Amino acid sequence: MWMTELPPFVPFFLAALLAAITRGSLRNLILLAAPVLGGLHLWLDVPPGVITHFSIMEFDLQLMRTDRLSLLFGYLFHIAAFISVIFAWHVRDTTQNVAGMLYAGSALGAVFAGDLVSLFIFWELLAVSSVFLVWARRSERAIRSGLRYLVIQVASGMLLLAGALLHYFKTGSLSFDYIGLYGVSGWLIFLAFGIKCAFPLLHNWLTDAYPEATASGTVFLSAFTTKVAVYALARGFPGTEIMVYIGAVMACFPIFFAVIENDLRRVLAYSMINQLGFMVCGIGVGTALALNGAVAHAFNDVLFKGLLFMSMGAVLYRTGNINGSDLGGLYKSMPKTATLCIVGACSISAFPLFSGFVSKSLVMTAMIQQGYDYLWLMLLFASAGVFHHAGIKIPYFAFFAKDSGIRTQEAPLNMLLAMGLSAALCIFIGSQPQYLYNLLPWAVTYWPYDISHVLSQMQLLFFSALAFVWLNRQGLYPPELHAINLDVEWLYRKLLPDTAGWVYNNLHRVHIDTSNSLKTSLSEITKTVASSYLGRLHLATSWPTGSMVFWIAVILGFFLLADIIQH
Amino acid sequence: MIEQNLSLLLVVIPLLAAPVAAILPGLRPPWLLALAVTWLCFVIAGWQLFTVMDGSIISYELGGWAPPWGIEYRIDAMNALVALIVAGIAAITMPYALLTVEKEIPRHQVPLFYSAFLLCIVGLLGITQTGDIFNLFVFLEISSLSTYVLIAMGEQRRALTSAYQYLIMGSIGATFVLIGIGLVYAETGTLNMQDLHLRLQPILDHRTIHTGFAFISVGIALKLALFPLHLWLPNAYKYAPSAISVFLSATSTKVAVYVMLRLLFSVFSSDILMIEPTEDILLLLGIFGVILASVTAIYQRDIKRLLAYSSIAQVSYMVLGIGMASNMGVTATLIHVFNHALMKAALFMAAGAVVYRAGSSRFEKIDGMGRQMPWTFAAMFIAGLSVIGIPGTAGFISKWYFVLAALEQHSWLIALVVLSGSLLSVVYIWRIVEVMYLRPATDTGLSVKEAPYALLVPMWSLVLANIYFGINTELTLNIADISVKLLDITD
Repeated sequence: MWMTELPPFVPFFLAALLAAITRGSLRNLILLAAPVLGGLHLWLDVPPGVITHFSIMEFDLQLMRTDRLSLLFGYLFHIAAFISVIFAWHVRDTTQNVAGMLYAGSALGAVFAGDLVSLFIFWELLAVSSVFLVWARRSERAIRSGLRYLVIQVASGMLLLAGALLHYFKTGSLSFDYIGLYGVSGWLIFLAFGIKCAFPLLHNWLTDAYPEATASGTVFLSAFTTKVAVYALARGFPGTEIMVYIGAVMACFPIFFAVIENDLRRVLAYSMINQLGFMVCGIGVGTALALNGAVAHAFNDVLFKGLLFMSMGAVLYRTGNINGSDLGGLYKSMPKTATLCIVGACSISAFPLFSGFVSKSLVMTAMIQQGYDYLWLMLLFASAGVFHHAGIKIPYFAFFAKDSGIRTQEAPLNMLLAMGLSAALCIFIGSQPQYLYNLLPWAVTYWPYDISHVLSQMQLLFFSALAFVWLNRQGLYPPELHAINLDVEWLYRKLLPDTAGWVYNNLHRVHIDTSNSLKTSLSEITKTVASSYLGRLHLATSWPTGSMVFWIAVILGFFLLADIIQH
Repeated sequence: MIEQNLSLLLVVIPLLAAPVAAILPGLRPPWLLALAVTWLCFVIAGWQLFTVMDGSIISYELGGWAPPWGIEYRIDAMNALVALIVAGIAAITMPYALLTVEKEIPRHQVPLFYSAFLLCIVGLLGITQTGDIFNLFVFLEISSLSTYVLIAMGEQRRALTSAYQYLIMGSIGATFVLIGIGLVYAETGTLNMQDLHLRLQPILDHRTIHTGFAFISVGIALKLALFPLHLWLPNAYKYAPSAISVFLSATSTKVAVYVMLRLLFSVFSSDILMIEPTEDILLLLGIFGVILASVTAIYQRDIKRLLAYSSIAQVSYMVLGIGMASNMGVTATLIHVFNHALMKAALFMAAGAVVYRAGSSRFEKIDGMGRQMPWTFAAMFIAGLSVIGIPGTAGFISKWYFVLAALEQHSWLIALVVLSGSLLSVVYIWRIVEVMYLRPATDTGLSVKEAPYALLVPMWSLVLANIYFGINTELTLNIADISVKLLDITD
């Protein structure tokens, strides 16, 4: 037997280290071994209730703390890493291979972290390792968008650190349990989690960076960062009511952007926010049923969203293009990919017998049980919207629609295998939900397949499909256009630089004006001072010796003056 | 026998070796002597630190004259730590110096270079050892004068003007310190720090003492490059020979920080902080220093100047720690003194290796060089992460304690400044990554090779130290704790 207390991130970090120094198929085997061995170890050897300590400074860090909640995410991340590695089997890029392993390992570290400091450490590692998956595309756009992504993610870490410190000062404990929105510390931590979970207005890093990553990089990205945030919210803020409203908004607003977006991977990024909305709602409701729903939905989302990202990744890999306006008719060349993509689409749209259905139902039922009728309606609208943009739009514009004339090959075997595995899991969980339900952290007695539920879901889906067909026929459906849709990121991509430029220009003018007026209006002495000291306040250039002496005089004078005034 | 004289040997050995180095012929013999001496000093400094680790104090009477009449060397944990930093960085810089010096300095000046280097080490070590305030001034001058010489030996002609500028500024600073010491001596009639401390307590509200204190503070502030008295530093670091940039960036400002701590808390005692507005001035200048120096670093177009401004920002953190005048704040400062020496020495070594190959430190000359010199670049990157304060590196530990110290006093502003300083450092470290790794290499850049092992090995040992002290913090924390306990800080 292995060491039970081995923190699950260790095999991944070791694999990353080995991957950095090996080449070719040996490296691939190492990459594959980490999730397989780690996953088996976690599944067979590690029961809930294990705690591993590690002392650093005067703190006692809990690098591993298992309970049913963290274990479920642990299993999920191993499966996701396994599938992603298979999908990326053909990738011969050290940066991506190493970053992918580090990234998956950090996600596991974060999920099993028992205190806020270790959480923070893995939180930052998550940010730093994942950005290389974006940069690995090596285009100017990817580098810029990766940088924006990194800044936001690091800021989230800083908020978490600040919140954790305050929390420590307030409660004297660093352990990561229920935190709640009490005081500044609670809000800071909540905000840090919220950024990673893509709360509305804090979501732009996701739609900005994910579509810019490499074909296989996005598959990695889609699995971990946001799900770690969902886990952290479920652990720290279950039953926080404000999240129900946040979640409802999250579920609804991306639909509008997704419908007009042309880059199909960006459509999926928006639909990811929409799915996260359901989970956030579930955590906000906070009953056992709702939390189970949120966690189960996170589990399923990794699988079906991964599947969709993989199918789009395969299209990008084969055609080099991912814009809805340029694709179409690909089912002729990539029939298997098309079929698997449709399985993913059915799952995300929550068709009965597919995985999305069994978990979304939990959240929806919990919402109605707790009396959130209007929000329930919003989620219903969101479900219809999902079907629209993810369920129909993605396969339709990529594989059907008007024939673009692109003829290419079927996706490579490893990609098909990875997609097939995900698709099989989607259908298996959808048709045999009891296995997933048994893993859930809280006991459930819920069965999604009753007549009213199945029927209403089918109605919803068919009318939604009808709307798509009708709108398309009438030519009312927003056309696929080459354009960049800016949403809130307009704030920092346009408004902020412009404002900064405006402020700078004005300040500069004021600066010149004042030094000019100083020069002209004041006496000869002031004029000399202005030209030699104030007029040359350029930070980046070398300073003349005189100005340094001037500052010494100023500071000494200030010292002595303050002394005289005080006494 | 040896153990009793450890503290004196630390100063005497390099002092005696300096003139010998000047008369040794050729390139290698002076270097070998300097190498042997610095490593010997390193061992002695380590030994000395080991003896005072338990909180004891070594008191050594020079020439058998008992203090307060004679000169006393008085070593506690804080002195020993700073002495170890100086000796350690000198020892690790020496192997690095061999090749860079041969490339950058004319043959006939090499023995003089090592002689001046040894004198500089004498000065800095002397400052850390002595318990006599006038003796401290003398050592300050020894280190400063030799530093001017060393900077002036830089390859480019502007090294001369930079050295001249530093000479002017340094002399003003030294004069201020001397005036201050004179005023204090006039009032108390003693120069021994322990004795001064006792005699100063009843007369702390005298105006002469205040004036003396003001002069000393400003003089030291200039030496530690406290914003806005930092103006001499960027050019001095930029134009100095690579090995000297490494050594100075890691030690000289840190020794000045030590002097500040020693004078504030051991000589004048923290009561004077209540009387004088020093605390506010230090905090104010520290805050401006962190933000403005970091912003300025972002706009540099030269890697050595960028690092120099980053140094000024890092020193400003230490000043913030002193200004908080709490146990926690001083602990953070001491930890950062140690950690910053590690990270900045590693960064300047990597920059020096780039200069060694590219011949220039300007950004347009080193575009894309990181891909040709992967090990150098990786070292720079990891040390850069340490500057930012990523967990797992030494920098994180210091940042952590600064934030703790700020929060302990409910000083939101300072905590915010520390964190935003971190964010700004992400930007300037990123500038290095962008220039060295992401930009296409220039034509000349394509032909360069990785730096030689003689540069890589010292560089990487510092990088590994950065990681080691980021994970195992026992040594740094213990020493900082003991030092703070021995200082007279009233919260």
